[in-house]
Amino acid sequence: MYTLIELMQLSIYGIVLGSILTLGAIGVSMIFGILRFAHFAHGDLLTVGAYCGLGFLSLTGAPVWFALPAGMAGAAVVAVLVDQAVYRQIRRTQPVILLISSFGMGLIIRSVVQVIWGPDVYSYPGGIQRPWQIWELSIIPNHVWILLAAVVLVALLHLFLTRTRLGKAMRAMSDNMDLALVTGIPAERVIMITWIIGGALAAGAGVLLGMDSRLTPMMGWSTLLPIFAAAIVGGIGRPYGAIAGGMLIGLAMEISTLFIDPSYKLAVAFVIMVAVLIVRPHGILKGAW
Amino acid sequence: MSLLRANDIYGGYGGADILNGASIAVDKDEIVVIIGANGAGKSTLMKAVFGLLHVRSGEVVYRDAPITNGRPETMVTRGIAYVPQEHNVFPSLTVQENLEMGGYALKGDLRPRLETVYGLFPRLAERRRQEAGLMSGGERQMVAMGRALMIEPSLLMLDEPTAGLSPRLIDETFQRIASIRDLGIGVLMVEQNAKQALAIADRGYVLATGANRFEDTGPNLLANREVAEMFLGG
Ligand SMILES: Nc1ncnc2c1ncn2[C@@H]1O[C@H](COP(=O)(O)OP(=O)(O)OP(=O)(O)O)[C@@H](O)[C@H]1O
Ligand SMILES: [Mg+2]
Repeated sequence: MYTLIELMQLSIYGIVLGSILTLGAIGVSMIFGILRFAHFAHGDLLTVGAYCGLGFLSLTGAPVWFALPAGMAGAAVVAVLVDQAVYRQIRRTQPVILLISSFGMGLIIRSVVQVIWGPDVYSYPGGIQRPWQIWELSIIPNHVWILLAAVVLVALLHLFLTRTRLGKAMRAMSDNMDLALVTGIPAERVIMITWIIGGALAAGAGVLLGMDSRLTPMMGWSTLLPIFAAAIVGGIGRPYGAIAGGMLIGLAMEISTLFIDPSYKLAVAFVIMVAVLIVRPHGILKGAW
Repeated sequence: MSLLRANDIYGGYGGADILNGASIAVDKDEIVVIIGANGAGKSTLMKAVFGLLHVRSGEVVYRDAPITNGRPETMVTRGIAYVPQEHNVFPSLTVQENLEMGGYALKGDLRPRLETVYGLFPRLAERRRQEAGLMSGGERQMVAMGRALMIEPSLLMLDEPTAGLSPRLIDETFQRIASIRDLGIGVLMVEQNAKQALAIADRGYVLATGANRFEDTGPNLLANREVAEMFLGG
């Protein structure tokens, strides 16, 4: 009985972590689908988003939830600027060069965040919340809001991808770049939208992560690995797979703490990734690899 | 005045030239067929016309305007549509979304154009919500052709539209292509099913090692003994 409750409690944490990972993994997956490279600065877009949200709150004194739209706007701008200034210039080279450049870009972004805000740990205003006691479970109110926010963002993304011309063009480009070119789909515009959405969703993950714990310049970088695991498990290049991947990795990481030391959480993410890839080499949805 | 002329085209993929002075012309209301052995450069010639392959020498003229080495996007807005030989649909998009993408480059209401395509391919209307990647080879060729027709092209370029289709579907496809021509669209197509293609073609070219070997009306090429021996199975 005791373990059952603990399992349910950990599942709640897992779903919260999973929804944060999902938001990051969707961006990684979309960027891979369109540009065919693994974006290693994606974690740092999370950080930028979280800190932009924090900055907005401290400048305006707005209620804490305004951190979300503010952070999303900030990270989207940063993502587009980085793409235009760096990635766009080397888009025609090999993917590995883009990958390494993005690694460097991540380092730069992280340093800039640290220069502006310092190495201190911040948290969003709101303080410690009293958990709701429901039956034997304790539920932290923020966890409910985090999950709701993630669901809303994913639903908006879904509407964009399936209902709008640009969203469909994005899926088309990710399906078949050459045919998109021949069809007359404006590649550069689609690429820019991809960065805007990828950056905004990363910021969403960053702000939600900040609400769940604290803000540090390393917060995104240290979340990058499970985000990649989620994107790969879901089938890289498949934003819908990223949802399944994110949830699976998030749940596995939290539930594993029932059995093994929490410091192995990251390793668990990788074990799950490898296990899934052995059974389905292209991920849950057949990915672009 | 021809709708499209390509004169004395030379070009390749970076190494030696694949095209060695090929020339073609297409008028509106006309089906022009390119036949030739595997590797003769038929697909390469289509790509060169559409701006997907660098033309080193020679010129491509469309409606009296030079479009040599033009960018593929600009071809679409000029009214030239191209269906590649392979990977010619967006597999994870539905049939209808594939068609919508075909119309992306044009402003304005897509619905009348969708209706035209569905009129031409009723099968697609039944399957409009199906993912293109899950369709049969024949259905996929219909999606590909429908996608290209969504810009209401003046010139439709098809690379082996009947490849891999059953005999019955091949007949049907050629009939479809004839009715596309009857809409006033010029059709330039590469074909392996040379006999049937030449039967509906107004004119044809035989390509060998990247240059014109024969060119004549469809019936004359069909009657030509040398062509018959080489490509029509005797
Ligand atoms: N992307 C490419 N890069 C380099 N060489 C290529 C490429 N595509 C084709 N070739 C070469 O160009 C030549 C002509 O190829 P092309 O595809 O135009 O032939 P084809 O007449 O269309 O043949 P098929 O009937 O088999 O489709 C071939 O020798 C081929 O190996
Ligand atoms: Mg070919």
